[in-house]
Amino acid sequence: MSDYQPIINALIGCDMAKTTELVNLSLTQGIDAKDILNQGLIPAMDIVGQKMETGEMFIPEVLMAAQVMSSATEILKPTLAKEDSDAKGTVIIGTVKGDLHDIGKNLVGMMMESGGLEVHNLGVDVEPERFAAQVQEKKAGILCLSALLTTTMPMMQKTIDILKDKGLRDQVKVMIGGAPVTQTYADQIGADAYASDAGSAARLAKSLI
Amino acid sequence: MIIIGELINSSRKAVADAIENKDAGIIQKLSKDQDQAGADYIDINAGTFVGRELECMKWLLENVQKVTDKPCTIDSPDPNVIQAALEIHKGIPMINSISLEKERYDKLMPIIAGTDIKVIALCMSDEGMPTTMEDRQKIADKLVNGLVKNNVNIENIFIDPLVQPISVNKEFGMEFLCSIENIMKNFKGIHTVCGLSNISYGLPARKVLNRAFMTMAVSRGLDAAIIDPLDKKMMRAIIAAQALSGQDDFCVNYLQAYRSGMF
Repeated sequence: MSDYQPIINALIGCDMAKTTELVNLSLTQGIDAKDILNQGLIPAMDIVGQKMETGEMFIPEVLMAAQVMSSATEILKPTLAKEDSDAKGTVIIGTVKGDLHDIGKNLVGMMMESGGLEVHNLGVDVEPERFAAQVQEKKAGILCLSALLTTTMPMMQKTIDILKDKGLRDQVKVMIGGAPVTQTYADQIGADAYASDAGSAARLAKSLI
Repeated sequence: MIIIGELINSSRKAVADAIENKDAGIIQKLSKDQDQAGADYIDINAGTFVGRELECMKWLLENVQKVTDKPCTIDSPDPNVIQAALEIHKGIPMINSISLEKERYDKLMPIIAGTDIKVIALCMSDEGMPTTMEDRQKIADKLVNGLVKNNVNIENIFIDPLVQPISVNKEFGMEFLCSIENIMKNFKGIHTVCGLSNISYGLPARKVLNRAFMTMAVSRGLDAAIIDPLDKKMMRAIIAAQALSGQDDFCVNYLQAYRSGMF
């Protein structure tokens, strides 16, 4: 049993040099890349997400942490066996048709990826049919829909309707978010979850899988 | 500085409750307070009432105009809501906003063409949001040319170059500021406007950043802003910034603000 606390602390502190140094050191000590990832880096990003949720960490710090996480994962890649790096779940994410906002949605995607999920970001202005087709093709367990305009929120409902029409609704959990979106709206349109920030979105996604 | 008071927005809980309970008193007080605090326009937004936006917009507008002579800024992404509001608005209103998004552009342009209506033109197109100064300039060019061709006086156009948060990209502040300077230089007589609070999204103590950003934007030529006119610190910052950047002849406004006890 190794102690991953120093790696966790370095990553939460957004310390690029320290994190990569500790990851390299762990590898030379013969620690499994898989364990460094699953017991060090991913739990650290979970904490970053929680700190974002509680307002202890802010977006620029979260972005910095994600950058450190990404560099650390690059170091592990050559030694990571294929089955070790298999993501724990597949997520399709995008902003609904008619809506061009992408900042919040990209943050959510990044936090989910850092949390060990496989994320397919479809971008903005995504047709309901395209969401459904991607859910089917990628066998996604989670579909995340973003809308920043009250005028495009109904597209969330429409996307869920299309999932039903295509018989896909039962195999995918639908999460929604965006400034005007609320839990009440999620309940109203039959979404599985609502998240108000990227930190809680990543946590919720993992709990849904 | 042309101040557009932002407080009558249904995304604020007090306003949403007032609409739900048909409590005109709250709306009228917000209107009078903003008027007295120096607002030139009263922005009205009922966007969170999906499906009921039109009726809520009309109710708000009627109540605002009962207590103030200041014109309103009809703030909606829905051309139908804007059209209905224009029909009952007294005086010369402002529209917030047209953009280069095709549907919005095509539906709003005939409403604005050949009128004296003031219009906020948002630098956004179907290709997405601009991030660089060049992107913004391109969209602004098309919007201004389109509006002028449709007999809209350039002095009635307010370009909003679109503020994006520095929390996700440290360059977003400067790209916006350079755009303001660029647009003011390239289109003589035009106005620039913004709802600047987006600059501080994702960061704590947002008012500190908002005020500093306003000061910087004024120095680049920003001459209209969608803000809370009851925010005294912000209003002071604007007056000081205008004096400091040579936009206040003989410091008249600064001194007047001083004598009125604003500082």
